[in-house]
Amino acid sequence: MSGHETADLDEFQSFGDVTASATRVTPGNALRPEDIAVQGEPPSSEAVAEYALWLGDDALILAQRLSWWISRAPEIEEDIALGNIALDQLGHARSFLTYAGKFWGKTEDDLAYWREEEEFRSCHLMEQPNGDFGVTIARQLFVSVYQYLLYTRLAESADSTIAAIAAKAVKEVDYHRDHAAQWTLRLGRGTEESAARIRRAVEDLWPYVGELFEDQPYADQRMHDDVVAAGVGVAPSTLRAEWDEQIAAILAEAGLEVPQVPFAMGGGRRGEHSEHLGYLLAEMQVLARKHPGASW
Amino acid sequence: MAEHTSTQAGDGGRLQAVLSPEDEAGQARFDEIIAQDSRIEPRDWMPEGYRKTLTRQVSQHAHSEIIGMQPEANWITRAPSLKRKAILMAKVQDEAGHGLYLYSAAETLGTPRHVLNEQLLTGRAKYSSIFNYPARTWADMGAIGWLVDGAAIANQVPLCRASYGPYGRAMVRICKEESFHQRQGFEILLELSRGTAEQKKMAQDAVNRFYEPSLMMFGPPDADSPNSKQSMAWNIKRFSNDDLRQRFVGMIVEQAKVLGLTLPDPDLRFDEESGKWIHKDLNWDEFKAVLAGNGPCNAQRLQRRREAHEDGAWVREAAAAYAAKTNEKAA
Repeated sequence: MSGHETADLDEFQSFGDVTASATRVTPGNALRPEDIAVQGEPPSSEAVAEYALWLGDDALILAQRLSWWISRAPEIEEDIALGNIALDQLGHARSFLTYAGKFWGKTEDDLAYWREEEEFRSCHLMEQPNGDFGVTIARQLFVSVYQYLLYTRLAESADSTIAAIAAKAVKEVDYHRDHAAQWTLRLGRGTEESAARIRRAVEDLWPYVGELFEDQPYADQRMHDDVVAAGVGVAPSTLRAEWDEQIAAILAEAGLEVPQVPFAMGGGRRGEHSEHLGYLLAEMQVLARKHPGASW
Repeated sequence: MAEHTSTQAGDGGRLQAVLSPEDEAGQARFDEIIAQDSRIEPRDWMPEGYRKTLTRQVSQHAHSEIIGMQPEANWITRAPSLKRKAILMAKVQDEAGHGLYLYSAAETLGTPRHVLNEQLLTGRAKYSSIFNYPARTWADMGAIGWLVDGAAIANQVPLCRASYGPYGRAMVRICKEESFHQRQGFEILLELSRGTAEQKKMAQDAVNRFYEPSLMMFGPPDADSPNSKQSMAWNIKRFSNDDLRQRFVGMIVEQAKVLGLTLPDPDLRFDEESGKWIHKDLNWDEFKAVLAGNGPCNAQRLQRRREAHEDGAWVREAAAAYAAKTNEKAA
């Protein structure tokens, strides 16, 4: 046993050793929100900052929704997968919000916790309730294909920070897209019940697809000049054809049809939200707002 | 994280009946491996008592990881900064991962995961009692990380050398992640302790509530833990409950000073003569009551697990049906 005694000491010396953590290992060139906060220029105009805010809000609200699944998913593997996707989205949100905030001298937390509902700029699809697993998968399918196309284009953005965030995000979103497509297929071609549920979920969420591709919010002169014309962002209508094609192909493979239901009027980019967002924000912001000025 | 698990094979795991020549050779080989402090692997012969003890311990440990996700998941949606939210999500996700490694390790002993899960859902299997306490405030995220994960690490580091190969190897990976968890809990408390008066009060309150239950995570005093002896003889357990508890107390005493928080134990002192920490008498009646199902959250934790399982049934059925259809086509 004497050999053990020496080994034990070594074991206990590594107690609490943060460098031993697998979780901490990140690629050396990974762009973190902490880096964005201290490095590089702020957005070149308020329109560019607003654009980054839109991207950040979409990711943040979706992350908040998805994170609910952790400890509630149908299988432990899905607790991990949905948790991972939520974590990726939160990471993208933090980067975009940090960058946007630099224009106004605000941090990611100022923007996430201290804005009112009407100041959030996310699309209605992101705030739709999780529903059952099928609803969450349908929402993931729509969002991940949209984000994949969007970030692929944004990786070429004239704004180097947005380009860098998008280049990292697109690799992760590619996995989200695969996850959603694989599950759509399994639910669509699984049992009678699962097919009925995913069909219903696709129909229920379809009305909120239209808002993703509306160019109207970009019609504002500043947004048009500084974002779209300047090559910082993209007019979302230009993503539509490819989105339709990819979604139609995945739905067809899953034995599902593209729903023939009308689109709902969105308004998220103007701060006009569905009835759901207020509850989501109340929960997300409650603790931070109880302690103004505190750091955590 | 795991709590102390007792073993019940008091006869050295040897079968009472006359052994067949194969079993006799197997037992001799097993004894030799244990004597060399080497490793037993899934295909090796092992006494039934050893298999049962390990299946129970490893699956209880897995259940603890899975149930242990709940108190922390309770604060993910309300985490007070985006960075803390990200760290907490990653941590709870790690716990799901630990649960998976451990169920896999348990499966190598011959019991499939769905059977183990059934044991949990029907209340026949135990998990660490500490998760039957509520996570009332954000500071509980700190106290759980610092004290609960800290106690888990003290328990688990020696398990990296457990004689059963798959368990020991799973523990190596788990311990690396747990040390990050413990560190983040410490950081949460440190930030709160250095924050506003309200934040510091929140931190102290959480430490007050988790101190005693975390000390009880090592299991009953050695004198009341007769089965530990067998586990130690099998090189599963390396230190007695009281030894581990001593090491843990020694560590947190110093760390509490750095935190600027107090441990709710006015009698706590190091006795030079015995070389031991003298701590308050722990409330083992409460421990037993919580273990027996009377804790504040036992019902809630199991209900949540059952709900997730039942709500997800149609999804698992769909995946199985899809796999069956795809295999048919391939065949």
